Amino acid sequence: MSYVAGSYDVIVVGAGHAGSEAALAAARMGCRTLMVTINLDMIAFMPCNPSIGGPAKGHVVREIDALGGEMGRNIDKTFIQMRMLNTGKGPAVHALRAQADKFLYQHAMKETMEREPNLTLRQGMVEELIVEDGQCVGVITKTGAEYRAKAVVLTTGTYLRGKIIMGELMYESGPNNQQPSVGLAHHLRELGFELVRFKTGTPPRVHKDTIDFSQTEIQPGDDKPKFFSYETKGSDNEQLPCWLTYTSVDTHEIINANLHRAPMFSGVIEGTGPRYCPSIEDKIVRFSDKPKHQIFLEPEGKNTSEYYVQGLSTSMPEDVQLNILRSIPGLQNVEMMRTGYAIEYDAIVPTQLWPSLETKRLPGLFTAGQINGTSGYEEAAGQGIMAGINAARKVQGKDPVVLNRSEGYIGVLIDDLVTKGTNEPYRLLTSRAEYRLLLRHDNADLRLTPIGYEIGLISPERHSQFLDKKHKVEQEIERLQKTKVKPSDVNPLLVENGSAPIQDGSNLLTILRRPEITYDLIHSLFPSDIELDEETREQVEIQVKYAGYIEKQLVHVERLQKMEQKKIPDSIEYEDIQGLAIEARQKLAQIRPISIGQASRISGVTPADISILLVYLEHFNRVTASREG
Amino acid sequence: MLSDTIAAISTAVGEGGIAVIRVSGPDSIAEVGHLFRSRIPLNEADSHTVHYGFIIDPETSEKLEEVLVTIMRAPRSFTTEDIVEISTHGGVISVKRVMDLLLQQSKIRLAEPGEFTKRAFLNGRIDLSQAEAVIDLIRSKSDRAFSVALKQVGGQLSGKIKEMRHTLVETLAHIEVNIDYPEHDVESMTTGFIKDRCSQVVDQIERLLKTANEGKILREGITTAIVGRPNVGKSSLMNALTRENKAIVTDIPGTTRDVIEEYVTINNIPLKLLDTAGIRETLDVVEKIGVERSKAAVDEADLILFVLNGAEPLHEDERVLIESIRHRQVLVLINKVDLPQQLDRNALRTYFAEDQMVELSVKTHDGLQRLEEAITNLFFGGKLESGDLTYVSNVRHIALLKKAKQSLLDAYEAADSGIPIDIMQIDVRLAWEQLGEVIGDSAPDALLDQIFSQFCLGK
Repeated sequence: MSYVAGSYDVIVVGAGHAGSEAALAAARMGCRTLMVTINLDMIAFMPCNPSIGGPAKGHVVREIDALGGEMGRNIDKTFIQMRMLNTGKGPAVHALRAQADKFLYQHAMKETMEREPNLTLRQGMVEELIVEDGQCVGVITKTGAEYRAKAVVLTTGTYLRGKIIMGELMYESGPNNQQPSVGLAHHLRELGFELVRFKTGTPPRVHKDTIDFSQTEIQPGDDKPKFFSYETKGSDNEQLPCWLTYTSVDTHEIINANLHRAPMFSGVIEGTGPRYCPSIEDKIVRFSDKPKHQIFLEPEGKNTSEYYVQGLSTSMPEDVQLNILRSIPGLQNVEMMRTGYAIEYDAIVPTQLWPSLETKRLPGLFTAGQINGTSGYEEAAGQGIMAGINAARKVQGKDPVVLNRSEGYIGVLIDDLVTKGTNEPYRLLTSRAEYRLLLRHDNADLRLTPIGYEIGLISPERHSQFLDKKHKVEQEIERLQKTKVKPSDVNPLLVENGSAPIQDGSNLLTILRRPEITYDLIHSLFPSDIELDEETREQVEIQVKYAGYIEKQLVHVERLQKMEQKKIPDSIEYEDIQGLAIEARQKLAQIRPISIGQASRISGVTPADISILLVYLEHFNRVTASREG
Repeated sequence: MLSDTIAAISTAVGEGGIAVIRVSGPDSIAEVGHLFRSRIPLNEADSHTVHYGFIIDPETSEKLEEVLVTIMRAPRSFTTEDIVEISTHGGVISVKRVMDLLLQQSKIRLAEPGEFTKRAFLNGRIDLSQAEAVIDLIRSKSDRAFSVALKQVGGQLSGKIKEMRHTLVETLAHIEVNIDYPEHDVESMTTGFIKDRCSQVVDQIERLLKTANEGKILREGITTAIVGRPNVGKSSLMNALTRENKAIVTDIPGTTRDVIEEYVTINNIPLKLLDTAGIRETLDVVEKIGVERSKAAVDEADLILFVLNGAEPLHEDERVLIESIRHRQVLVLINKVDLPQQLDRNALRTYFAEDQMVELSVKTHDGLQRLEEAITNLFFGGKLESGDLTYVSNVRHIALLKKAKQSLLDAYEAADSGIPIDIMQIDVRLAWEQLGEVIGDSAPDALLDQIFSQFCLGK
């Protein structure tokens, strides 16, 4: 029997990294929001590696923060190590990566959510959606609670028909032995959603006191840590190192001798695993000529002795896992605390979504995170905040916010999912972004904070700070351009730094374009009148130094923008457009792109098909206009 | 997307008269002005005026071609954009030279099939009722261009480009792994290494471009297939046509296909002749193979010369062939009219029009003149316009090869000035994509596939 348990604007199902961002965004935008989750102790839990960030992923965290999300602030409170990666490369690929205290991370997020006035947290397992007049209007839990809402966001992670696999052992389970969500998976199928089976995995955890660190290399954090959130100005968190070791000849022998017991190869696993996150058995089989593989030992928190063994993701039987661990230098006497496992789960085919993350089949229902076929906390959180924003905007009768590929990695991620789909768990990589130089770590605020402010997630104070920084950057670039210099002014500085002297007059901007001349050098000789903080100086330097390349990419973006602005009405019938090639017609009818830009990225749709679509649309619009006129 | 500037040859490519190149878009006046020397600079010229002058090479200031340039300013033009039309002396060489130069300008690209008409429509110059006709035009021109492009990329050129792309994608994958997996024990990609790879590919492109200029990979003309049963006189016809007409390019026969290719000009019209008589005819099965090969030649031809023996009745194989070619551009050549005739002309008239049939004797050369006239009529009647698609796609290949080379040189230069690898990558990737465009291979996932097959990655 069910009972009426409450009525809300937005309901978020699940409390992982997607769910928490979605719930916070909706609540902060003024929606009365309910978050229902199987286990309230699992809010923002990290079932795999205890780290956040890295190339592309770290960029997403910055973007979430620039939009007014929580992940950046939360990791800045709870990190136990911070490292800036790729510092030897260009500014576009600098990437912040934090080791998290995974327990503190969870607690901090739970506390933030509990304090959010518009947000109600409730433990419960959602079994069904309430559908009325083809709209999703609520959820029903296993205990019979019926919650009503104007929009529902599903963020079920790896819980849908989850199944854990370790060697010959297999059982139904969510991650880390949580209860799986079986009823909801069947219900989604009944509603007509197309689901796929994906697989992921996690390595064993070991006890710190049984590791011989002297046989490993230390990997410390940065002396002067940087932060994910633009709001974080400093931290006194103590940093813990990670440790590097390698697999040995014995490790490879043990794995090879036990391949017949590996579910990866015995055919037990039906789900598709990601290529970029292979299990150790997979690595050894596929790259048999590689003599050793890196293993990083990472602390899971400062108040725990558990260590995460990065590089050793496996679904081998427990006894084999222990032998593998003990074949690794430093781990000869190690004690295994948790066994590694593979987990299979249902995900929905993401081409069933609009770019707003609302499902096409069931208006009012949004999905975000691993349910959409992605992998990774950051990818989940990035979708979570967008689903939360768009659910709230739907309730408020506003148009959805869709980020372009040129505006953020979040835009790239969602566009890839809804336009191309994915046949393996999707991970962001910087190479997926065609405008990598524009989507930098340092300019996430310049790209997205105006949007965050407009939708109401960025406070007026933060927005004015942002405008101030933006203004200072522009002012300083103008000063550099206006400051004329004579050869005698700068040649000593140039020669001293291995740069060719100038013959005629020049300006500071031109001089700063030289790769060997830094902003600090120029500033030391020609200081600015206004106070500039480190972030502002960095911004000036990057914008000046890479101006040529940035310009080039902006030209492409402008073209892309025009294609994105050409909207395709949903009422269009592709069957009626005779000139389209058959494949294009089918794909277009299936994806129903919202713009010419999105249509042009569907595989199998050629430039000729796009031309034809444009001509048809023009015809369609003129006819519609003349009817209305 | 309608903001860029496009160019195309808007007249059929022949060896006589004049040829017109049309350039449309916001940069057309500035870009052409940059290459054109005349009494009044183009950007100061009034709309709807014609100017005499020279196309010059902007690097050497050398005069390349004597031309007339017509300027039509927006919105008073076919596309409602700024349009510049360059009239050159007809003939393949002049047009090609100007077109090559235009396409090397960064703001000009080759028009897609039907694109001028598309723009005219989208900008409201063509009536709404014409939408369907515009769609049909784009479809048919695109399909035709696609099949032309496909047959162009067969063989050697495609192989060489794939090899270069492989070098580049390996390099790119290596750069990407360094960026996305900075802590993995993958060897660092140094700028020195990237420079080596770039200059290696630049050398390869230069070699290709050199052969292109010598005309070895450049195939220009209307693809003309000579088909028919064995012993109807195909080889003799080919010989007669090539003997009487100057062959403009020589080639090693039979290297890429099982047919002989010859290049001739008939009344200044360039033809690429494909002779299926190159197939050896020794065994019984040959007749069957002969028919199959003929079909293959038919598929890629712009014009089909269907040779019949007038001294014999129509054969079953010939009926099959007729079915497959009757809707194409066909001239039916009834050979051996010097012998007693047995072929039923009326049976042919149910399939072909009177002006498609030419009676001749290759042996006595009687009627060859009529054949040449028939080809000329077809050409100037506009029915063979697709022939210049072959030509255009060559121009396109060369432009893309040159752009790819420039991208690699940019990457090389960037390396010398201390630019980090992820920024060098932008130009290397561009070169990889430009080479992909030559062979119609633009699968963006190829890079990801390469990354994960080349490197062992993951946590």
